[in-house]
Amino acid sequence: MMTSAAPVHTPADLADALALRAAHPAAWLLAGGTDIMVYLEAHAIDPPAFIDLWGLPELRGVDSRGDHIRVGACADYTTLIDDPAVRAHLPPLVEAARTVGARQIQNRGTIGGNIANASPAGDTMPVLLALDAVLELQSAARGLRAVPLADFYTGYKRTVMAPDELIAAVRIPKPAKADRLHFRKVGTRLAQSISKVVLGGRLRLDGDTVTEARLGWGSVAATPVRSPKAEAALVGQALSPSTIEAAVAALDGDITPIDDVRSTAGYRVRVAGRILRSWLESLRG
Amino acid sequence: MKIQFELNGAPTAVEATPMARLLDVLREDLRLTGTKEGCGEGECGACTVLIDGRAINSCLVPVVQVRGAKVQTVEGLARDGRLHPVQQAFVDHGGAQCGICTPGFVVAAAELLARDPQPDAITIREALAGNLCRCTGYQKIIDSVARTLSGDEEAAR
Repeated sequence: MMTSAAPVHTPADLADALALRAAHPAAWLLAGGTDIMVYLEAHAIDPPAFIDLWGLPELRGVDSRGDHIRVGACADYTTLIDDPAVRAHLPPLVEAARTVGARQIQNRGTIGGNIANASPAGDTMPVLLALDAVLELQSAARGLRAVPLADFYTGYKRTVMAPDELIAAVRIPKPAKADRLHFRKVGTRLAQSISKVVLGGRLRLDGDTVTEARLGWGSVAATPVRSPKAEAALVGQALSPSTIEAAVAALDGDITPIDDVRSTAGYRVRVAGRILRSWLESLRG
Repeated sequence: MKIQFELNGAPTAVEATPMARLLDVLREDLRLTGTKEGCGEGECGACTVLIDGRAINSCLVPVVQVRGAKVQTVEGLARDGRLHPVQQAFVDHGGAQCGICTPGFVVAAAELLARDPQPDAITIREALAGNLCRCTGYQKIIDSVARTLSGDEEAAR
C-alpha cells in the first residue's frame, strides 16, 4: 500500500463540478472508486488530482420520463437492480448489474464509471448498446451534448469525451413491448468474474420477421462494439435456421477478439457465435 | 485533511490523506483491526464494512468519501455486550475456521439480514458471493447465516 497524495476536489454541485473539470483537465473524475482504487493500488495510474463526483445528488437519480429512462451517471448497480422502472422496462440491464463483481461492488460501482472506464470487458455496455443508450455529456463551456454510446468509443480505453466534459447521465429508450431482450455473460464463474464474452441483444419482430436488430458485445474487440454485419443479416428476414446461421457467420466479420489472461481469440469467436445462435433459436419458440 | 464521520455510532474525526484507503485509516489510525485486508483489490470481501448500511469493500473507498457517512465495522455489530445474532450463529454453528475472512462474511451477512431477515440459501449465496474463504468450503458459513436467530428468538434464548 502506498497512498496517492493527490488532492481531491469536492464540488458542491454539478455546476461546480463542471467548473473544476474545466480548471483541472488532467484531474481524474472519481465516482464509486471501484476501478480507480484498484489502479492506484497497482501503481497503474498517478493522477495529479481527483474530482469527487460521488456526493452529487444531481448525478444520482433514476427517472422514468415518457419514452426513456434517465439514469444519473453515479447511480450504483444496486440502485439499478432495485429500481422499479429499470426492473419493468430494462430487465437485461438488471441482469447485467447483478453480474458486476458481487454485492460489495454493486453497492459502490456506478454506471457512469463503467462507461467512462472504457474497458472492453465492461458488463453494462453491451446491453446499453443493444438498447440504443445515449450519453449526456456536459461541460461548462458548451453545456449538454447527447452522444449515442455506439459513437462514444474511439479505440482501446479512448472516448470522444473532451477533457472538460463529464458523463452526467445515460438516457435509455424504453424498448417496445414486442422487443425481445437478452443478456448473456460468459465468465469463469458467476460472481467476481471479468467476462470472456458478453452479449446484449434486442430484436424487434413483426410476426416472425426481424424488423430491427441490435447486438452489443463485450470482450470481443478493443472497445464495446455492435455487430453491424450480423445485425444486417437479420433485418428483413424471417428468423429461420438459415437466417440464424447467416447472422452467426456474419459475426466473424464484426468482432476482433484477442488472446489475453482470461481467454483466447479462438474461444471468444466460437462462444460469441454460439451464444448468439442459442438466443436466436430460443426466439423461434 | 480532517475527515469527520460516524464510526460505530460515535462521532469520529481523523487526520488523513484524502485518497487513503478507508481500510488503512480504520486499521492503522483508528486501531480497529477487526476489518481485514485480503486482496486489496475488491475481490475477496475480507475488508467489508457497512457505509450508510450498505456492505462495501473498504479497500476501494478513499477515506475522503466517508465524510458525513455512518461507517460500521465488525467491532460495531455487538450491542450491550451481546453479539450480533449472526456473530452468535457463526459461534454456534462453526462458521469460522482460521478467521481472516470471518469479519467480512459477518458484516456482509448483517447487511443481508437487515434487508431480508429470512433469506433462502440462494439469496445467502448471492449476498456472500463477494466474500472468499480459503478454509471451510462455505457450507458452514451459509448454514450459520441461514440459522441466524431472529430478534425474538434471540431474546428468548
